[in-house]
Amino acid sequence: MIKPSRKTWSRMKRDYELYLFLLPIIIVYLVFKYYPMYGVQIAFKDFSPSRGIWGSEWVGFQHFIDFFDSYNFWTIMNNTLTLSFLSLIFSFPAPIIIAIMLNQMLGKRYKKFIQTVIYAPHFISTVVLVGMLHVFLSPNSGIVNHFIAWLGGEPILFMANEGWFRPLYILSGIWQETGFSTIIYLAALAGVNPELHEAATMDGASKWKRVWNVDIPSILPTIVILLILALGNIMSIGFEKAFLMQSDLNYATSNIIPTYVYEMGIQKAQYSFSTAVGLFNSMINIVLIVTVNRVAKKMTETSLW
Amino acid sequence: MNELLKRKSRGDVWFDVINYTVLTVIMLLVLFPLYFVLIASFSDPNLIYSGEVWLFPKGFTLDGYVRIFNDSSIWIGYANSILYAGVGTLIGVAVTVFAAYPLARKNLVGKTFIMWFLMITMFFSGGLIPTYLLIKDLHMLNTIWALVIPGAGGVFNVIIVRTFFQSSIPDEMWEAASIDGCSNTKFFWSIVLPLSKSILAVMVLYHVVGFWNGFFDALIYLNDENKYPLQLILRNILVQNQVNSGMMVDVESYAAKMRVTELIKYGVIIVSSLPLLLLYPFLQKYFVKGVMIGSIKG
Repeated sequence: MIKPSRKTWSRMKRDYELYLFLLPIIIVYLVFKYYPMYGVQIAFKDFSPSRGIWGSEWVGFQHFIDFFDSYNFWTIMNNTLTLSFLSLIFSFPAPIIIAIMLNQMLGKRYKKFIQTVIYAPHFISTVVLVGMLHVFLSPNSGIVNHFIAWLGGEPILFMANEGWFRPLYILSGIWQETGFSTIIYLAALAGVNPELHEAATMDGASKWKRVWNVDIPSILPTIVILLILALGNIMSIGFEKAFLMQSDLNYATSNIIPTYVYEMGIQKAQYSFSTAVGLFNSMINIVLIVTVNRVAKKMTETSLW
Repeated sequence: MNELLKRKSRGDVWFDVINYTVLTVIMLLVLFPLYFVLIASFSDPNLIYSGEVWLFPKGFTLDGYVRIFNDSSIWIGYANSILYAGVGTLIGVAVTVFAAYPLARKNLVGKTFIMWFLMITMFFSGGLIPTYLLIKDLHMLNTIWALVIPGAGGVFNVIIVRTFFQSSIPDEMWEAASIDGCSNTKFFWSIVLPLSKSILAVMVLYHVVGFWNGFFDALIYLNDENKYPLQLILRNILVQNQVNSGMMVDVESYAAKMRVTELIKYGVIIVSSLPLLLLYPFLQKYFVKGVMIGSIKG
């Protein structure tokens, strides 16, 4: 520790009001973020509510071992990773492509109109989104099955079929968030130096070539940062939607770590076990984000920290 | 744009044609589900059920809306959501803005430490159960406080506001004011806040949308149905198919019940999303601004 000099003290004293401004957030974080970190120790204990976090007995890694040994461990891991990677592969490029296309539009008004429309689903709640899936995909009355019938096909039980869980999860996610995610890329594209485009045009580059050789390299740092963030969150995919879409009929593919933590912890009150599963999940997350960040730094000189 | 850039080769014309066509198709794909929910909510449930409603409402009826508005749980949900969004936004924005200002100042002692103190929580957290046990021990279960306090001052929001302050309120301004004898608090209220209306708008909107659409905290922390926000009531209707018997007065046969249920579903989607979707075009520029400020690395 460096001993604070007199000057530092006097500066802190002079700025005491600023520390008062910071007081609320520090209290909220200490109580609601840091105290639960202390509570994480119940993952290594046999938590009993009457004895409290401190008084409960240590059991070491028993809960982790139980989880790894449980019959559905591999299913849950597989479900979580498959869903995460598939959504990343399909959802990540979509806003980049659409932002580049929008950026190439000449008619300002029509562009604005399209933007207004494609941002809109972002403001719909997850409950409503899943509700829309239910009404659209209903086997008897949904418009999708009416359409399939009109084409001469048989109605499909979308929401009650484990094979459809992933495609529906990913497609509805693309529908809801792609538009809104374009904003950040459009901002990056707006910052592309117009002289680069002019020079390329002089050299006879077509629009397609300019997109490929000017636009994409220019927004690469933005893409890398967002990719790191997305990869770092790969294990914490949207709990809410998976939970809302989950039913006994699609459980085989919809049972992912976050929903399992909820099921074991909140519904079955297996506090210690559920905390251990959650901790295992966030450990993978941390390792992933640190690794990805390091790789990105080496390869592209862009990184989060 | 330079004149030169407007000159087009044949390939460029094709590029534009394809670009416009694809974007138009994408726009229609996004728009149609929203539009369909709207027309279906005004259509005769028998015609929806048999698949005759496609592009325009058929057999115009307000029956669904009448049933929805006669149901007290919807109104209770609305009132609760407004309360939670109101109180939550007030607390959330206050905590965020108060925290962001000192962190935007160049010379604050301990600034780096405090930033790390906040940012670590992005990568590591106690998780669901320890947080739940804490809320329980604090006797916050089944109260509004469980929904509005624990998440107040999210790191991303603090960074967005801090970046805004850094770029629009230079330290020189504070130095000049302090020479004139202005205190930090006074400077904050009479100079910083009036100059930051746009970021305040962004924060208010982010919070309102978050609270209006949120349902998970309410699911975990609330068990009294009279305290349920709208989204939890929607979940019962839309996902779990539990339409209140109050909405079903005068419907006798099972088949008719199924149809009316569908109509009610379309209606509640509209009723619950309408406030945000109506406001949204007017607020669009603020949302865009917020995302852009947030995207500046800092």
